[in-house]
Amino acid sequence: MTTQSNTVPWRVDLWLIPPALVLGFFIGLIEAGKSPDPRMAVQGWTFALCMLITGIWYLWYHAGRTPPDERRPYNDAVVKAGVVASMFWGIAGMLVGVIIALQLSFPSIFYFPDLDWTNFGRLRPLHTSAVIFAFGGNVLIATSFYVVQRTSRARLFGDSLAWFVFWGYNTFIVLAGTGYLLGITQGREYAEPEWYADLWLTVVWVCYLLVFLGTLWKRREPHIYVANWFYLAFIVTIALLHVVNNLAVPVSLLESKSYSLFSGVQDALTQWWYGHNAVGFFLTAGFLGIMYYFIPKRAERPVYSYRLSIIHFWSLIFIYIWAGPHHLLFTALPEWTQTLGMTFSIILWMPSWGGMINGLMTLSGAWDKLRTDPVLRMLVVSVAFYGMSTFEGPVMSVKTVNALSHYTNWTIGHVHSGALGWVGYVSFGALYCLVPWLWGKKRLYSNALVEWHFWISTLGIVLYITSMWVAGIMQGLMWRAYNDYGFLEYSFVEGVQAMHPYYIIRAIGGLLYLGGALIMAVNLWKTVTMDEPKTVVAPKLALEAA
Amino acid sequence: MKHDKIERNSILLLVGILLVVAVGGLVEIAPLFWVGGTVEKVSGMRPYTPLELEGRNIYVREGCYLCHSQMIRSLRDEVERYGHYSLASESMYDHPFQWGSERTGPDLARVGGKYSDEWQAQHLADPRSVVPESVMPPYAFLEKTPLDYRDIEKILKTNRAVGVPYTDEQIANAKADLEAQADPDSDGVEAMQKRYPKAVARDFDGNKEQVSEADALIAYLQMLGTLVDFRTYHADAPENRR
Repeated sequence: MTTQSNTVPWRVDLWLIPPALVLGFFIGLIEAGKSPDPRMAVQGWTFALCMLITGIWYLWYHAGRTPPDERRPYNDAVVKAGVVASMFWGIAGMLVGVIIALQLSFPSIFYFPDLDWTNFGRLRPLHTSAVIFAFGGNVLIATSFYVVQRTSRARLFGDSLAWFVFWGYNTFIVLAGTGYLLGITQGREYAEPEWYADLWLTVVWVCYLLVFLGTLWKRREPHIYVANWFYLAFIVTIALLHVVNNLAVPVSLLESKSYSLFSGVQDALTQWWYGHNAVGFFLTAGFLGIMYYFIPKRAERPVYSYRLSIIHFWSLIFIYIWAGPHHLLFTALPEWTQTLGMTFSIILWMPSWGGMINGLMTLSGAWDKLRTDPVLRMLVVSVAFYGMSTFEGPVMSVKTVNALSHYTNWTIGHVHSGALGWVGYVSFGALYCLVPWLWGKKRLYSNALVEWHFWISTLGIVLYITSMWVAGIMQGLMWRAYNDYGFLEYSFVEGVQAMHPYYIIRAIGGLLYLGGALIMAVNLWKTVTMDEPKTVVAPKLALEAA
Repeated sequence: MKHDKIERNSILLLVGILLVVAVGGLVEIAPLFWVGGTVEKVSGMRPYTPLELEGRNIYVREGCYLCHSQMIRSLRDEVERYGHYSLASESMYDHPFQWGSERTGPDLARVGGKYSDEWQAQHLADPRSVVPESVMPPYAFLEKTPLDYRDIEKILKTNRAVGVPYTDEQIANAKADLEAQADPDSDGVEAMQKRYPKAVARDFDGNKEQVSEADALIAYLQMLGTLVDFRTYHADAPENRR
C-alpha cells in the first residue's frame, strides 16, 4: 500500500488497542491491590506500569496527528524500535551470562548469602530468557516486519497493531524477567514464565501472527518469498508449543503459582518437545528467515537453489518436532520414544546441512566480498556455525555419545556454539545491515569496528566452546571412571573441582563476546547519529524488494 | 511445479505447516498417556505431605533444577553412585517434573536420608563450610524466612485438580499436618503419618521458634527417593514391560 491518503476511514486498531491497554492497566492494579501474594503484587504493579507507558506512548504517537510513519510506504518505525530493543536486551542478557559464569568460577566472591535474587538459580533463567526471548525475539519480530513488507511490497497489516506487538512483547519480557528475580517460575527450562505472563504472551503472539499473515494477504507479489515461509513456521509453531507446554492450573487468580497439567514422564516429554523446538523454531526457523533474506541481499546474489529451499523447509519443520526425546535418553522415558527421538535427531542432520549449503552457496560468484565486507562475513560465518552445531547435535543424540555428554558442560558448549555463533552472528549481521538502511545512511560509521567486533567475539566463542568441550568430556569421563578395584574412581566433588579453570576460561570467552557486542552498540549509535546528507531510501528499497 | 500453489496461498501454507509439525508430537507424546507400562506399578508412592510440597515449591522457586538433576539414568556408574535408576512412577505426582538437564551439582533423586538434617541446614546456609570445593550459592535466608503456608489447602486442591489423588481428609487437615511434621513433639504427628505413610516428623532446621523455608526444603530433600519399596518392584513383570 503506497497510497498516502490523509482520510483514514475506520481504524480497528485504534478502537481496540487503547481499551485493551486500559483494561490491562486495571487488571494490573487489581492484582497489585488485592493479591495476598507479595510477589504477585509486585508483578501487578509492573504490568500496570508497562501498560501505562505503552498508553502514554500511544497517545503521544497518535493524538492530534497522523503518525509520520503512516505517511510512508513502509512501516519502519516499529522496526527501528525493535533494533534498539534488540541491542539493549542483547547486552543485558550477555552481561547476566557473564555474571553467572563468574559465580561458578568464583563462588565466594559473586554470591551474597542474604540476597536471594542474586543467586545462580534465579539469574540463570534471566540470562537464558534475556538472550533467547528478549534479544532473539526482538530481532525476529523486527526483521520479520522488515522482510515481510519488502518481499510483499505492502505496508504492515493493522497499522499500530504492529506497535502493540512490540510493546506487548517487551512487556512480557519485563514481566518474566522481574518475576525470575522475585522467584516466580514454573520450573521448566525456557518455559519459566508463570501462567499470567503466558496468557499475555498468547494474546501478543496472536496479534503478531495477524500482522504477519495480514501483510502476506495484502502482498503485491504473486509468490510468498522463502524467508516468509520460515518466519510463518516459526510464528505458528511457537504458538502451538507455547500453548500446549504451558497448560497449567493456577492456585488462584490472585496467586503467581500454578501447577502444570501434566506430571512426571508425560510432563518431561511435553517440556522437551517444547524445549527442543524452541531451539528448532525460535532459534533456527526464525533465524533461517533472516538468512534467506539478508545473505542474498547483502551479497547481491539470488538464493543458491529454489528447489533446495523447498526441500530444506518442509523436511526441517517435519523432522525437528520429533527430536525432543534426545534430551531424555536413558531416563524413565519409554525406550521406544527414546529410540524414535534419537533416530529423527540423526536424520535432522540432512535438512540442516541442506539449509547451510543453500545459505553458503548463495555466495557463489561473490566470495571476494568476504574480504571487503565484514558484515557479510559475519553472516556467512554464522551459517558455518549453524552447520557445525547442527552436526554436533545429531552426534550428541546418539545414545552412546549421550551417555557421556548428558548432564555435562558439553551440552552448555553445544548450545553456545549455536547461540553465539549462529543466532548471535546472524542477528548481528542483520542489525548491521538494517541500521544504515532504516536510518537512511549510506554506510556504517566504521567497518573497522565491525572487524574488531568480529574478531574479538570469534575469539570469545572459541574460548567458550573449547573450554566447555574439554570440561564436559572430562566431567563425563570422571563420573564413569573406575579404579583397579572396580570402585568409582572419583567422588562427585572432584569433578566440580576439576571444572574450575574451564569455568574461568568460559567466563573470559563470554566477556569477550560481550565486549564485541558493546563495540557494536557504539558503532550502531554512531551510525545513527553521524552527520551525513540523508538519502531518500524508502522508495528506492521498494523497487529493490524481492 | 506443485509447490507453486502453496507459495501463492498463505492459508494453504499455514495449514500445511500446522499439519506437518503436528505429526511428531502426536506420535511421540500422546501414547505416553495410555500405553501400559509407561508408568510402572510400584508400591510405596504417595502424594507429598503439605510440608514436603511447600519444600518442593521452594526447590522450584530457587531454580535448583538448573544444577541438580533428579533422574538417575540406567547406566552402571550412575546406579553405583546414586542408587537404583529412577522410575517413571517416582515422579508421577510431580507437577512439574524436576528431572533436570545439567549436573553442576550431584543428582538428588535419592538424596533423602543420605545426610543429616544438621548437615543439610549447614550446607544450605553456607555450602563451602562443609564442601570447600562447592560452587553452590548460599541460601542463608531460608532459615530466617518463615514459611508462607496460608494457602496450603488451595495448593493441595490445585494439585488434586491436575491429578494428584489428595483426599478430602488430607486437604482439610493440610495446615495441621504441615505444622505437625515440623514439630515432632506435637499431637498431630500420628494422624499426619497415617495420612502420609513413611512421612518423617522432625524439626528439620533445628529452630523450634518457627516453621521456616529451610524446614520445608529439608523435609522435601530428606524424602527424595525414599518412597518406592524396591523389594516389590520387578522390571520384568508383565505390567512393567514397555
